[in-house]
Amino acid sequence: MSAPATTTPPPPVRGWRLERVSKPSIAAQILVPIASIVAALVVGGAIMLFAGENPLSVYREMFDGAFGSNYRRSETLVKMIPLLLTGLGVAVAFRMQLWNIGAEGQFYFGAVFATWVALYGFADSGAWIVIPAMMVGGMLGGALWGGIPGVLRGYLGVNETITSLMLNYVAILFASWLVHGPWRNPDGFGFPGTEIFAAATYLPTWGTTRVHLGLVFGLVAAVILSFVLQRTRWGYEISIAGNSERVAKYAGMATGRNMVIVMLVSGGLAGLAGMSELAGIGHSLQRELSPGYGYTAIIVAWLGRLNPFGIILVAFLLAGLLVGGEQIQLSLGLPSAVAPMLQGIILFFLLGGDLLTLYRIVRVSATGAAS
Amino acid sequence: MTEHQPVTNPVGNQSRSAGSTTPPEDEAVAMLGIVKRFGPVIANDNISFVANKGEVHALVGENGAGKSTLMSILAGLYRPDAGEVRIGGSPVHFKSPGDAIAAGIGMVYQNFMLVDSFTVAENVVLGLPAGGFGLRLDETEAKLVDYGNRYGLGIDPKATIWQLSVGEQQRVEIIRLLIRGATTLVFDEPTAVLTPQESADLIRTLRALAAEGFCVIFISHKLDEVAAVADRITVLRHGAVVDTVKASATNRRELARMMVGRELAGALLADAELDRRRIGDVALTVNDLSATSDKRLPALRSVSFEIRAGETLGIAGVAGNGQRELAEAITGLRTATSGTVCLGATDITNAHPRTIARSGVAHVPEDRLGTGLVGTLDLASNAILRTYRRNPIARGPLLMKRAVTRFTDRLLADYEVNPANHAARLRDLSGGNQQKLLIARELAGEPAAIVAVHPTRGVDVGASEAIHGVLRAQRTRGAATLLISEDLDELIALCDRIAVMYEGELMGTVTPQGADAETLGLMMAGTRLDAIQEAVCA
Repeated sequence: MSAPATTTPPPPVRGWRLERVSKPSIAAQILVPIASIVAALVVGGAIMLFAGENPLSVYREMFDGAFGSNYRRSETLVKMIPLLLTGLGVAVAFRMQLWNIGAEGQFYFGAVFATWVALYGFADSGAWIVIPAMMVGGMLGGALWGGIPGVLRGYLGVNETITSLMLNYVAILFASWLVHGPWRNPDGFGFPGTEIFAAATYLPTWGTTRVHLGLVFGLVAAVILSFVLQRTRWGYEISIAGNSERVAKYAGMATGRNMVIVMLVSGGLAGLAGMSELAGIGHSLQRELSPGYGYTAIIVAWLGRLNPFGIILVAFLLAGLLVGGEQIQLSLGLPSAVAPMLQGIILFFLLGGDLLTLYRIVRVSATGAAS
Repeated sequence: MTEHQPVTNPVGNQSRSAGSTTPPEDEAVAMLGIVKRFGPVIANDNISFVANKGEVHALVGENGAGKSTLMSILAGLYRPDAGEVRIGGSPVHFKSPGDAIAAGIGMVYQNFMLVDSFTVAENVVLGLPAGGFGLRLDETEAKLVDYGNRYGLGIDPKATIWQLSVGEQQRVEIIRLLIRGATTLVFDEPTAVLTPQESADLIRTLRALAAEGFCVIFISHKLDEVAAVADRITVLRHGAVVDTVKASATNRRELARMMVGRELAGALLADAELDRRRIGDVALTVNDLSATSDKRLPALRSVSFEIRAGETLGIAGVAGNGQRELAEAITGLRTATSGTVCLGATDITNAHPRTIARSGVAHVPEDRLGTGLVGTLDLASNAILRTYRRNPIARGPLLMKRAVTRFTDRLLADYEVNPANHAARLRDLSGGNQQKLLIARELAGEPAAIVAVHPTRGVDVGASEAIHGVLRAQRTRGAATLLISEDLDELIALCDRIAVMYEGELMGTVTPQGADAETLGLMMAGTRLDAIQEAVCA
């Protein structure tokens, strides 16, 4: 093996190297995400250009589609609700280093429980009873589905990433079986799906828009969560355990129990998202209730830096991206895959940008070292 | 304990003012005018350091003096901001650790880079450049035996790593580097993990390597060892070179002064505190205590002792002989399989860790960053780990922010933690300051008993003196202290009695006055005190 490093004269060193910075600067923390999004739009634009579209007009159309009118803004808010609730749920778990990627299944299981409440449990009750009952049902269903991986991890050490992911399929297929089988609407012309719920189950909406009470659930949940995480003993325990399980054990914290609680909360929030989507938008359990909110939630939580208020902002922006993506599909005939593609590119650049806030690139020149 | 006879020792002919003139023939490594900054911190401030072929060159200095940074530059992990590195007289520019290895630099770290479940030969093959599909294990095994015989590094090539002692694993690391063609070997505090006997063997090996013309760079705090092994010694302080001296022309005291910038404050002298304290009733009783290791093997076997209030019992021994298990079994972090632990008259055996802490047992764990502190959180979060459930830090389920910062600021001030900023991130503190914060937190409640494990390991001399002062003050106050340490000087300075632990058993207990290095060393290697005394009588 040759030893190039020892040869004389030294090779012209014109390298770049990453070096860890002890503390990311505030400017970097603000500027880097912005620069990342710009870079993502540029790269996404290049792909559109390649596909024969003018990226500027596509972006304008997307922006217009998401935020261009009161109606469109309201539709963005509608899409934001499930993203916000599931994003918060995922973030709680991530804070404790529990990689719950089962929000999708927890969402569906919450919806299944809420459906049972609406159709069977409290079918003939008034709104003041059935809606809270559906909320409880949704949260219970989600919490149950999150709690299973929680118990397995907390007390038996089973990897929660795998169990939570696998339970997604169980929940989705279970819901699918219900709407194909025992819960199928007899008057539904053979289409899978339950019958339409009674009007008492409908969440109140804002004016003539479809923006429903679920938005309030999400905002209130964010505030409560932020308070609990920052200002309570339990939040402190979560932050210790999330950073070092051994320190938590050393301090005598009940780490296993906290894991279960965190997964119950995480799943409960996803279940509430399922309930609110059902009671606010769907009004019957369908297979397509979620186009993958539980997975997008992972992106939301991550981009929001696991901070509840950051998650509100990111949920809104990503909802805009989804709604804008539908718009360009309608008006420009572009495939709707453009929106998820952009989402992917943005995530990619933001995570890459993270590296730049934590590290700096050092240019290694030949000067200063030789002679 | 080691005969110091440089064989082909080329100590002469060093151009101390290492300039850019033609390098001398026997120069192995030259680092000239090295500057390395981390943000505002200058870790290496214009350091020049030359190590020659055939010499053992010791690099000494307190923590944070810049030794590790300098060696990381040599290992290709960091690039210097300024300065030149020459290997064998030619300037080099390492872009990666791979370049450094190719240039013949071999690093022996404290944590060995070995695969536990592989054999010695397999581990050695792992580091070799790929040559076809065959592993050529036979060839490697033959080489292993050959190198082993030449440098006193005997090892069974077919043994599996996890079966080997730490000293044997270290030999594997060394042989592996030699087989990979290293000509300069850098040892980062290599004896920290060894028994005295193993250390002596290592020192012989290092001398043999130097005699064969290898360049050996030896990083250490332990001045006795440095004096025993080194030809030349470079002392660093605050990122700069204080001086490079010949080992034969200096002594421990002078080195200590260069390292610290002042004479060591006579930690070994009897202290006046002793006279003022009063020994009280038995505060901590450990009776017949047994526990298992993480691998569920017996690690602690029927250990019994008593510590009175105001008394300090030291536990000496090489790491991994049950010390950690002992500390954890007492503090409730590990289940005792039999025996009892009593605090005063209260049985605290296998009680909840929080209960034990609250009833008055402080625990300074052996790895502060892994067990005792969270590096990624701020000082306040670390400071309230023991008190976060109690008034006034907490009211019901709520944390009171103002009380948290007040409590933290008081600890930081009382224990002179620097920076005294409760919002600073723990990881940004030096090891000494981290440890001071940990000790401050553990002692805040005036505990009746203290279990301190390696309280000054990896801590600079200044902080370690401060920590010793704190432990003495606690003793005077009337705390019963169990001090587990590998540093015999520390134990002799602080303890009333010293017990030696070997494979989970106590080999015997001596007083610091009656402790000599040989007796302690023999007990650390598994000989019982009564057997040693019998041998003396016979």
